Amino acid sequence: MSNDSQGPLWEVFVQKKAGQPFVHCGNLHAYDKEMALQNARDLYTRRGEGMALWVVPSSAIVSSSPEDMGSFFEPSNDKIYRHPTFYQIPDGVGHM
Amino acid sequence: MGVVNFEDLFEAKLAKNDIIEPKDWMPDNYRKHLIRQISQHAHSEIVGMLPEGNWITRAPSLRAKLVLLAKVQDEGGHGLYLYTAAESLGTSRDEMLDALLTGKAKYSSIFNYPTLTWADVGAVGWLVDGAAIMNQVMLQRTSYGPYARAMVRICKEESFHQRQGYELMTHLAFGTPAQKEMAQDALNRWWYPTLMMFGPPDIESPNSENALKWRIKRETNDELRQRFVNQTMPQIEYLGLVVPDKNLKWNEAKKGYDFSEPDWTEFKAVIKGNGPCNKERLASRNKSHSEGAWVREAAAAYAKKQNENYQAA
Repeated sequence: MSNDSQGPLWEVFVQKKAGQPFVHCGNLHAYDKEMALQNARDLYTRRGEGMALWVVPSSAIVSSSPEDMGSFFEPSNDKIYRHPTFYQIPDGVGHM
Repeated sequence: MGVVNFEDLFEAKLAKNDIIEPKDWMPDNYRKHLIRQISQHAHSEIVGMLPEGNWITRAPSLRAKLVLLAKVQDEGGHGLYLYTAAESLGTSRDEMLDALLTGKAKYSSIFNYPTLTWADVGAVGWLVDGAAIMNQVMLQRTSYGPYARAMVRICKEESFHQRQGYELMTHLAFGTPAQKEMAQDALNRWWYPTLMMFGPPDIESPNSENALKWRIKRETNDELRQRFVNQTMPQIEYLGLVVPDKNLKWNEAKKGYDFSEPDWTEFKAVIKGNGPCNKERLASRNKSHSEGAWVREAAAAYAKKQNENYQAA
């Protein structure tokens, strides 16, 4: 194939309202960051879906792999003392 | 850890209605089936912009023009969501576009029919998008995560498409006799091609068995087609239009309509490239692709230069 390509892949994150976390909503092709941001606006926020966007080159994303899921997350599974329900609080002290 | 049989794990996930994600192990045939189906779906959205785009410059009012522009833009967006969903399976955008432009890839047969009158724009939104929604609502629960998520977005947007089409049909059906006749003519021409959109009858559908087994599809072609007819009939009656099918009648026993099958020989001919507009559609896609080449090349060159400056600084 020639040099004629669609450009690299970018991941798009959108923030619905100020104060809320940015959530992944999809991806797109673009040649540079400015175009990635404009394309993200045109592709993912045509109906007021958000008020802020992040675009990240897909190649920059590092992810865990499903095969290692068990052993990777295992260290936290047996630490029930990290949850508030692990602790006994006397009845008379009100909501805590 | 003992030996894991990936195929068993995959089957177990499907049995539990779990979703398969891009990095999960999947059988080659599942991957191939999805690449074929999702890329065809994406091509359909992109080629689907052409029959309606045909009317943008001739829309009868500014409101109608704005609506049509927004709808056609949505279809382009739908194509893009779907292309990236297919790319997550290991194919590339360039490969898929190449397959479309060279005529190797298929797309929905419906877009090889011409939009001859303004009523056709209404019929496409109402019937064609209506049939697409029926299929896509089911696909929101498909077993492959990126495809299902694309469908959720698409279904939200399609609802406007169908409603604007029906609104347009009401204007014509309750307008002058000539307008009503135009609406009836559009229904006559789009009825059977729309029924074809659900694919061949179950007994002759080559891809259905695997699609159901893998929960890519959750209902059969015939089930979806029946539901579409049941749902659309009251809408047709409201407009005072007549379905071009003498055999169509309510069947109390099955609580649904009996209706004639579309001409499956015609369907096969259109799929093979011999529909009224196949050549025109491919020529249009190729023309805009080659006319846009300089833009892509310039953008790529600019990005490369920016990158070099960044690294030098």
